Amino acid sequence: MLILTCPYCGVKAEETELSPGGEAHLKRIGPDGTAADFEAYLFARKNIKGVHFERWRHAYGCGKWFLAARDTHTMQVYGTYKAQTAHATDEIVANARQARPEWVPDWPQASEAVVG
Amino acid sequence: MPSRRYSVFAIAREALRQHRGWTRAWTSPEPRDRYKVVIVGAGGHGLATAYYLGKNHGITDVAVIEKGWLGGGNTGRNTTIIRSNYLQDPSAAIYDKALKLYETLSQDLNYNVMFSPRGLIMLAQTEHEVRGYRRTVHANALQGVATEWIEPARVKDLVPIINIDGPRYPVLGGLYQARGGTARHDAVAWGYARACSDMGMHVIQNCEVTGVETAGGQVRAVNTAKGRIGCDKLALVVAGHSSQLAEMAGFRLPIESVPLQAMVSEPVKPCMDVVVMANTVHGYMSQSDKGEMVIGGGTDSHNAFTQRGSWHHVEETVRALVETFPMISRLKMLRQWGGIVDMTGDRSPILSATPVGGVFVNCGWGTGGFKAIPGSGWAMAELVAQGRPGPLAAAFGLNRFREGRFIDESVAAGVAH
Ligand SMILES: Cc1cc2nc3c(=O)[nH]c(=O)nc-3n(C[C@H](O)[C@H](O)[C@H](O)COP(=O)(O)OP(=O)(O)OC[C@H]3O[C@@H](n4cnc5c(N)ncnc54)[C@H](O)[C@@H]3O)c2cc1C
Ligand SMILES: [Zn+2]
Repeated sequence: MLILTCPYCGVKAEETELSPGGEAHLKRIGPDGTAADFEAYLFARKNIKGVHFERWRHAYGCGKWFLAARDTHTMQVYGTYKAQTAHATDEIVANARQARPEWVPDWPQASEAVVG
Repeated sequence: MPSRRYSVFAIAREALRQHRGWTRAWTSPEPRDRYKVVIVGAGGHGLATAYYLGKNHGITDVAVIEKGWLGGGNTGRNTTIIRSNYLQDPSAAIYDKALKLYETLSQDLNYNVMFSPRGLIMLAQTEHEVRGYRRTVHANALQGVATEWIEPARVKDLVPIINIDGPRYPVLGGLYQARGGTARHDAVAWGYARACSDMGMHVIQNCEVTGVETAGGQVRAVNTAKGRIGCDKLALVVAGHSSQLAEMAGFRLPIESVPLQAMVSEPVKPCMDVVVMANTVHGYMSQSDKGEMVIGGGTDSHNAFTQRGSWHHVEETVRALVETFPMISRLKMLRQWGGIVDMTGDRSPILSATPVGGVFVNCGWGTGGFKAIPGSGWAMAELVAQGRPGPLAAAFGLNRFREGRFIDESVAAGVAH
């Protein structure tokens, strides 16, 4: 039984209380995007076997959308975070790296980020 | 060495010498360092692709590479329902081709796949379903697929153990396909493997593919647990792991992998000689030759690669079936398991060339690809041999997503099956 803690109301919700929303952090393609970009946005999915970021709605609770980091292979939950966040928190990244040392986030890390 | 034919005479001969003359059904060779065609995944679809490459196109320099044991994926985990009562024309064509091939598969392979065309009913339990299935019956008539709409009394006649009076969802009728039924899933994989081995192909088990080597946009080889294996053409036929293989080759697929469950009861005396699917309450059931009630459950709502699935589906499925078949309320369940199914948005498969030259995919059969194995192998072999799809595969290309030409089977695939 999958249990996720809703980051808004703090309730530990089990799976039947939640409804799934698929892969998180998909970037919508703007008017100047190509057909291939738009196709990728609509259909191509990472479908990761490992650390997966995904959308959930606390449907039978507070009703809000939130995000979760979960391992699709081991079913370990690395943490949940609010929907208005560009990336998972450092704490979640640390949890995931502890379980899977070979895993690296696919977004720029603070140390690599270009400042200016 | 080709294996000896199985026949009633072979059984009699072996009976006279304490069954010591049976030989292995297929060989377990070490891989060569290259093949004309490498197929990843020795499930039913991969093996059938190999078989028709040899049989229909004369290509036998083929290896089928499997990370576990052959048929150990969804092919050995499914509830074996076979039918071709789909709604859209391209689906009717490929699923009915498969059903026709199933009808003579035991003779064709000289291997008893125990195909049992016992008839199949999809129950209509809401007005919406009544209209949906009547529409399917009409579509099937135009496609030349024999199905019929039957009234509740006929349903009761065919399935005496059913409760047609509800209380929540009375049976309002059903979509009946008399040619539908079941087959022995392992035997389908084993029969194809034996026939491939007889043609000199290599079925290589316990050999995970870990990488795809390309040069100038063209496939060169696969890296495996048993070393590098070169190939001219590569077919990825790995169901729930399609996205992983695609990633190795450098592209993404419109696929998500989710666990789908099934379970079987303790064996009981024969009580139901048709397959019954109840899509509204979400459950379906048939009786195996051993007497077990074979029950299909739900798919998980979230991506996962655990071959077990969420627990609450068990209750959901059993609750629905107890209402429809009150007599099973006293049955104990013997086993429960899951398989990782590869879902597309339109619930139709993908048989396609890919952005990488020489690489072809066959995936997206999701919850319902056992019934399609022979037809899919036939169409995939044509695609791989000729480099472009024949009439059966043409509509199932990857480009349908970009072009918005979906083959919407979400109604036909109302439950996992
Ligand atoms: C519980 C359940 C019930 C079902 N019920 C029905 C039903 O009643 N009727 C129906 O028509 N369909 C049903 N299905 C669907 C059906 O089982 C599948 O669509 C079909 O078996 C897929 O066959 P396949 O050969 O594509 O995949 P599989 O049989 O899964 O074969 C793929 C193979 O690829 C191998 N592989 C994966 N990754 C690698 C790698 N890196 N290297 C080498 N090998 C690899 C796997 O080990 C596996 O053996 C059901 C499925 C499930 C799970
Ligand atoms: Zn909440």
